Amino acid sequence: MNLLSDFFLAKAAFIGIVFAITLGIAAYSTYFERKIAAFMQDRIGPDRAGPFGILQPLADAVKMFMKEDFIPANSNKWLFIAGPCLSMLTALMTSAVVPFGDTVTIGGITFDLQGIDVNIGILWVFGIVSLGVYGILIGGWASNNKYSLLGAIRAASQNISYELAMGLAIIAILLFTGSLSTKAIVEGQQNGHWNIFYQPLGFIIFLICAFAECNRTPFDLPECETELIGGYHTEYSSMKLGFYLFAEYINMFISGAVMATLYFGGYDYPGIDFVTAQFGNNIAVFVGMGALIGKALLFVFVFMWVRWTLPRFRYDQLMGLGWAGLIPLSMYNVVVTAFGILIGKPFTAGIVGVVVLIGGLLIHDQLFVKKKIA
Amino acid sequence: MKLSNRTKVMEQGEMTLAERMYLPAIVGGMATTLKHFFSKPVTIRYPEQKRYLGPIFRGQHILKKDEQGAERCTACGLCAVACPAEAISMVAAERKPGEEKLYREEKYAKVYEVNMLRCIFCGLCEEACPKEAIFLRHDTMVPVFNSRDEVIYGKDKLVEKMDQRYLRDGWK
Repeated sequence: MNLLSDFFLAKAAFIGIVFAITLGIAAYSTYFERKIAAFMQDRIGPDRAGPFGILQPLADAVKMFMKEDFIPANSNKWLFIAGPCLSMLTALMTSAVVPFGDTVTIGGITFDLQGIDVNIGILWVFGIVSLGVYGILIGGWASNNKYSLLGAIRAASQNISYELAMGLAIIAILLFTGSLSTKAIVEGQQNGHWNIFYQPLGFIIFLICAFAECNRTPFDLPECETELIGGYHTEYSSMKLGFYLFAEYINMFISGAVMATLYFGGYDYPGIDFVTAQFGNNIAVFVGMGALIGKALLFVFVFMWVRWTLPRFRYDQLMGLGWAGLIPLSMYNVVVTAFGILIGKPFTAGIVGVVVLIGGLLIHDQLFVKKKIA
Repeated sequence: MKLSNRTKVMEQGEMTLAERMYLPAIVGGMATTLKHFFSKPVTIRYPEQKRYLGPIFRGQHILKKDEQGAERCTACGLCAVACPAEAISMVAAERKPGEEKLYREEKYAKVYEVNMLRCIFCGLCEEACPKEAIFLRHDTMVPVFNSRDEVIYGKDKLVEKMDQRYLRDGWK
């Protein structure tokens, strides 16, 4: 492959832009997390560094770099360093297959606004997300600290448990699309045929699993302060800790983008035909890219909103929800979706599925559950 | 034996379906936080923005002057006697002829000192004063000290300035 071809340069530039956007959004997520937390608690939040405190992430980064970089005695030094690096690497790699937009033509070169359009796109996301747990596990193991190890083990078992339900929720989507490619999934949802309308149950399952995969409240057991001090990053300080926290915010943004891709039509937005007719294809595609990022940011807000609303689960509740709640539910969802496609009415099947589920639960409730004494 | 008939049976059955699904409660909780998200913050940005502490807050001491600008204090020492923390000390002096504009009575305080580290801001000096000379102002707090030299407030800091007179809400 010619390394200096226009296509290659355009791709490289695009990947650079995606990296910059991802990192910038992750940096500012820390600021907005604190601001949103403050607003939800009737406070003002950080407002000292620059106007409205918008230089706060910069100040935090400076603080992180200035702190002592501590490596505990008797820890496995190389693994201790590899942990946060791996976390960061896997967090950044996921964005490669997210389609940020349709094809654009600039200066005679036509290319996709997507890192790589592989035919196993969604499988790639899964693989990388599964790898992400290694960062936490290695960090916790190398710390030579039982709290870190406990946190790491919790993270690993939690991720494995919720990946199953997540995978089953995606299978229902794949039944529609017939392809693992994220591009194909998005193209199947154009003109408002978003998967959320066909898969409301699947979306709720996926959302809950995404919370668990990102180790966000109410599933942030790996860093549960009350029980585990800091969880897997107890022994970490300086920029290594910064990398772990940063990776969490990147994961939030990327999982928001993946959810937008799978359920909310990716770069589709209402009025796309009108914009194409008025301003040309390129403008329409870039507006679509903005729409995707907007959707992803909306999910980031939901992540934060939930974090400042809900307390943490107990660990057995977490495992119970994953194995006994979400996996049967997602299997039911797959069956309902398959049936809907078989009879050719997926939309009706989705609605009927939810109604039947709630009805069944209500009947079960009436028959077998002891009632409260009023 | 029952002492009253107000005993409540607290036996609990299983949770209802809605409670077991958690989702209705979660949505309710999120509605609450969203309501607070759009409500006004209660924060007061302290050093820049100060709260009104009420008309009878006991802050920094002030030695009042009368309308002609003469000091009211006659150095009777009742405030020093009343002070439970023994924070007040003074040296009395006799008024010379020609100083009637400066001092209201024939005796005045040549030195009047309040040790702000000892003072507990109880306001007993204010109550003891027969000449309505000393007050704890409601609008000014004693600022933070940076060294021990700043702790004792003399007349230079305590006596009222005629161009910025201290008025309480009730006096107006």
